[in-house]
Amino acid sequence: MIEYTSPELLTINAARLLRDGDVVFVGVGLPNLACNLARRTHAPNLVMIYEAGVIGAQPARLPLSIGDPTLVSGALSVCSMYDIFALYLQRGNIDVGFLGGAQIDRFGNINATVIGEYARPKVRLPGSGGSMEIAAWANRCYIITPHQKRRFPERVDFRTSAGFLSHRSEREAARLRGSGPQAVVTDIGILEPDENGELILTALHPGRTVEEAKENTGWELKISDSLRFTDPPSEKELKILRQELDPNRIYLKGGE
Amino acid sequence: MSKLMTLSEAIDRYVQDGDLVYAAGFTHLIPFAAGHEIIRQHKKNLILARATPDLIYDQMVAAGCAKKVIFSYMGNPGVGSLRIVRAEIEAGNLEWEEYSHFSMISRLQAGASGLPFMPMNPTAAGDLERVNANYRQVIDPYSGGVVVVVPPLKPDVAIVHVQRCDVEGNAQIWGIIGEQKEAAFAADRVIITAEEIVDESVIRSDPNRTLIPAFIVDAVCHVPYCAHPSYTQGYYDRDNEFYLQWDEISKSREKVQAYLEEWVFGVADRAAYWEKLGDEVHRRLQVGERFSSPVNYGLY
Repeated sequence: MIEYTSPELLTINAARLLRDGDVVFVGVGLPNLACNLARRTHAPNLVMIYEAGVIGAQPARLPLSIGDPTLVSGALSVCSMYDIFALYLQRGNIDVGFLGGAQIDRFGNINATVIGEYARPKVRLPGSGGSMEIAAWANRCYIITPHQKRRFPERVDFRTSAGFLSHRSEREAARLRGSGPQAVVTDIGILEPDENGELILTALHPGRTVEEAKENTGWELKISDSLRFTDPPSEKELKILRQELDPNRIYLKGGE
Repeated sequence: MSKLMTLSEAIDRYVQDGDLVYAAGFTHLIPFAAGHEIIRQHKKNLILARATPDLIYDQMVAAGCAKKVIFSYMGNPGVGSLRIVRAEIEAGNLEWEEYSHFSMISRLQAGASGLPFMPMNPTAAGDLERVNANYRQVIDPYSGGVVVVVPPLKPDVAIVHVQRCDVEGNAQIWGIIGEQKEAAFAADRVIITAEEIVDESVIRSDPNRTLIPAFIVDAVCHVPYCAHPSYTQGYYDRDNEFYLQWDEISKSREKVQAYLEEWVFGVADRAAYWEKLGDEVHRRLQVGERFSSPVNYGLY
């Protein structure tokens, strides 16, 4: 039985969602690792774009910030922030965006702004950054997050970025160019939107149970009729992550 | 005409109490030395605008220079929370105005272009538009659809760090170019800090790299290592260790004050600061060479 940490499990499952040729709007941390893993396995033609304005990055070392200089050296192109958001994202040139946040609700809306009342914040979070636009305009969005009840409320306190709003039909009526969140990868399994845009459990990781998923979700979690188990992380995937991509275990050590 | 002056002179002359300041740079080329000089000169009631306030505004807020921040991502990049700004907002001591990255940058683009607003496609997220009255929706006169608009951001002063410029202020940047050009064109006054002051002929040898022309620049300051703990592409690396250390320092107001005493008030200028950092840090932040292939502009 192969041992792995929770971040390794999340990263590997996120990488498997990426397709060869995808143009991906990448963040640092696990999404960056997932993209680099996909490039070294099934998606060699994946193009990584960073919101700092870097296109086709080939980081020679693990980037530690969204604007790490290693992203620039050897990249295909570097442009301004206005251009990356306007010409690349708004124009419709991004296939995949990664999102995260303190809260994700039943319809995939995300709160990265505030817990409590906006004007008198109980906990002030970093805010949108690029996520408001990524969630609206990337063709597909993926969310990577630990599976905890406080992170999965029925409704988010503040809608920083749009999932399916209150129903898939509401997002469709807003005529956003992106198709919204396609999967939420957690350490228990994978949630995907059903025909109404509601996130339901479609996969469990090896050894995890439906009960665990339900207990750690803040709404009445529905289970897909075709619930499956994900393949366990392979030796090859783990080897690339551990030996090439994050040898110092900056993002991959377990704990959370 | 040379606009060369010391950073202390430039801050004294071009940054006034109450100004809206935009210290530019997305992770790259953040002009920390200018932030420290503003702190040393005890500037007050500033409105500090940056997409990412970063440690530079955390320190300026800690030093009591600011009455308000305007931002689109308030975190310590790659580390976590931006503790001082966050605590001051949560305590109700600091005004704030908040955008997404694209709307923040669209405001600068409008300011830089002399436009009354910039349109953006709707995102349907809604809540930020609800809490910030600067977001408006208007009807697209061509299609009849809705567009979201934001007003121009027009800083009183923009501070932009660059790899090299001439004494008049023709400034060249490479690597991540974030929002430096837009901030400079949007602002009333522009202070350029540079790793190197070069002859005009060097600028003219590669005109595509010039993002900021001299005639919008008010002051040129030669400030090597101005960006530390941020970085200058090709000159020195980002001090990621310091970004982690600040996470610890900023947990305690005493430690923050001690930091400001030692590293801001305790040094005369950036040269003294860099010297004080010492050999080990200098070595750690050294970068190797990776030159671009020369291009032929042609002889005409």
